[in-house]
Amino acid sequence: MRTRGVWPIAGLAAAMAATQGILRLTGTEYCLTQLTMALYYAAVVMGLCLLMGYAGQVSMGHGAFFAAGGYTSAVLTTHNFSAWQGTLVSSWLEKSRVLVARQDAYSNAMLTVSPWAAFGAAMVLTFLLAVLIGYPALRLRGHYLAMATLGFGLIISKLLLGSALTGAADGLNGVPEWQLLPGLAVTGKTAARVSNYYLACSFVLFLLVVLGNLIRSTVGRALQAIHDRETAANAMGIDTAACKLRVFVLSALIAAAAGVLCTHYTGGIGPSEASALKSVRYLALAAVGGMANLWGVTLGSVALNYASLRGWFGSYDNAVFGAILIAVISLAPDGPLKPIGAGLRRCTRRFRPVPEEREEHGPA
Amino acid sequence: MALLEIENLRRSFGGLVAVDRVSFRVKEGQIKGLIGPNGAGKTTLFNLISGLLRPETGRVIFQGRSITGLKPYQIARAGVSRTFQNPSLFLRLNVIENVMVGRHSRSRYGFWGCGLRWPGQAREERQFREAALAQLEYVGLAEFAETPAGALGFGRRRMVELARALATEPAMLLLDEPASGLNTAEKEDLAALIRRIRDRGITVLLVEHDMGVVMSLSDEILVLHDGTPIAEGSPAEVQNDPKVIGVYLGGEFAGTAHRSAAQSREQG
Repeated sequence: MRTRGVWPIAGLAAAMAATQGILRLTGTEYCLTQLTMALYYAAVVMGLCLLMGYAGQVSMGHGAFFAAGGYTSAVLTTHNFSAWQGTLVSSWLEKSRVLVARQDAYSNAMLTVSPWAAFGAAMVLTFLLAVLIGYPALRLRGHYLAMATLGFGLIISKLLLGSALTGAADGLNGVPEWQLLPGLAVTGKTAARVSNYYLACSFVLFLLVVLGNLIRSTVGRALQAIHDRETAANAMGIDTAACKLRVFVLSALIAAAAGVLCTHYTGGIGPSEASALKSVRYLALAAVGGMANLWGVTLGSVALNYASLRGWFGSYDNAVFGAILIAVISLAPDGPLKPIGAGLRRCTRRFRPVPEEREEHGPA
Repeated sequence: MALLEIENLRRSFGGLVAVDRVSFRVKEGQIKGLIGPNGAGKTTLFNLISGLLRPETGRVIFQGRSITGLKPYQIARAGVSRTFQNPSLFLRLNVIENVMVGRHSRSRYGFWGCGLRWPGQAREERQFREAALAQLEYVGLAEFAETPAGALGFGRRRMVELARALATEPAMLLLDEPASGLNTAEKEDLAALIRRIRDRGITVLLVEHDMGVVMSLSDEILVLHDGTPIAEGSPAEVQNDPKVIGVYLGGEFAGTAHRSAAQSREQG
C-alpha cells in the first residue's frame, strides 16, 4: 500500500500556515483573498485530476459544474421568497429553517433560503445534472463524455447569460455569508479573511486526504485499469460503466461544492465561471500538474490560479492557459513535473558524494 | 456434469458469419482444447462466452444458469475468467496491483469506504495484497511484484495475466492462445502450470495454435472450421479424423467441399 502517511499533509498544512505568517509580517495579508479563491479553484482541478488523470475520462464542462453549484446557492440565498409568506409551504419551510428572514444591504426585509439548505440543493441539482450527462455518455467508449460535457457547458453558459433569475450578464451579488460553525462563516469580510483562508486550506487538505485514499485503494486501481484497458478491466469483474459514472459524479460534486464556497466567499458569481474558456483552463491546470499526480495538480493549480487572480498575466490571461495546455501536451504529455523531476534526480545524483569518484567528477 | 454448456451459438459481423451452430459442453475439472485454422471463429467464440460480444442466437449456460447476454463483469463475477490473445495488462499499475485488480469485485468497500478509510478497509487491502502475492508465487513471478507491468517481457506478461485471472477465483478459465509468442522452455512451464490449475479444480477452456501444447494438455478437443464444429473428441480421435486432417492438410479440396456443403444446407 505504501501509505504516504500524514507527513506530507502535515508539511503542506505547515507551509500554508507559514504563508499566512509571511504575508502578515510583510504587510501583504490582502493577498490571502486571492489565495483563498485559488484554493477553491484548485479543488475543481483536483476532482478533474481523479476523473481525467486516473480514470482517463475527459470533461470539458467542469466550469459549468462549478457554476451550477455557485449559481444554485446564489439564486436561492438572494431571491426574495417573501411573496410566499403566509402560505402553508412557506411556514413549514420557515419552521424547518430552510427559509430564513434576513435583511439585504439596504436593510430591506427578505425571506431567503438558508445557505445550508441552498448548499444541499446545489449538491442535489449537480448530482442530477452529472447523472443525466454521464449516464448515456459513459456507457460508450471514447470521447463522448468530452463532447457531452462541452455541450452541457455551452448550454449552461447561455442559460445563465439569458436568464433574469441568474442576473444575465451581470451575474448575482449580495450573496450572504454562510455560517458553517459558530464563529466560522464563509464570507469575504476583511475581519474573516484569515479564518476563510484556513477554511479553504482545510477543504483542499481534506480533498487531498480523501482523494489520495481513493487513488491508493481498490477503487483507484479500478479507475486506472479502466484508463488503460477498459475491456480487460470489465472482464476482470469491474463494473466499468458504474465506476466511470461514480467518479464523474464525484468530481462534479467537488466542483459544485467549490463553487458554493467560492460564491459565498466572494459574495457573488458571474456567467464567465461557466464559460468554455474556464473549463479549458481547468484542463490546462490538470495537465500542468501531470494529470495523474494529485499533489502536482493541487500545487500547480493553486500557484497558477493565484498568479491569474493577482493579474500577473494581464489581458493575456486566457491565452496564457491555452498556451500552457498546448505546450504541455506537445512537449511533455505526462506533465512537466516528470521530466523536471528526472532532471533534478540526475543533478542530485551528480552532486551526491561518492568517495572514490569525487575527484573525477569535480564541480559540475 | 457439464460446467459450461454452449447451445447453438451464432454471431456474424455484417455479411461474415464468424460463429454458427456451435454447441458443445465442457465437463467440470477438464481441460478442453479449441482448435481450428485462422478465422475459424475461436476468439469470437471466447468473446461470446465471456460477454465481450452478444450472440445473435443460442445460449451460454454456466453452472446450470444462463449467462447469455450478461456484461463481461457479471460473467467474471459468476466465475468465468479469461486471458487475452495479446496480454492486456494495465500498464499504469505495477505487477502486483495488476493482480489485485482481479480481487476488485470481492471488495466490500466502494468510493465512500475507500475514500474515508472505513474501518476494515486497510485490512481488506492487506488481504488483497497477500492473495495477489500468493497468485504471483503460484505462477513464479513473486520477485517482480513491485515492477511496473510495462517493464516485463512478453512471456512474463502472459503469466501475470494468468495470475490476475486466477485472482478472481474462477471456476472456469478461458485461455486465448496462452502459448503464442513463448519459447520452448516457457511453453513447457506454461503447460505444467495449466495442469496444476486444472488439478486445483479449475476447469480450463483453451484456444491454442501450438499443436504440441494443445494435444498434450487437453482431455478433449473441439475443432472449429468456418465458425462451425467439425469434430470433437480425445486428442487421438481428433488427430485421426479425416475431416480434421482435410481442413489442416488438404486445404483447398476439403475447404471447398465443406463450404459447398454449408451452402447446400443453407439453401435446403
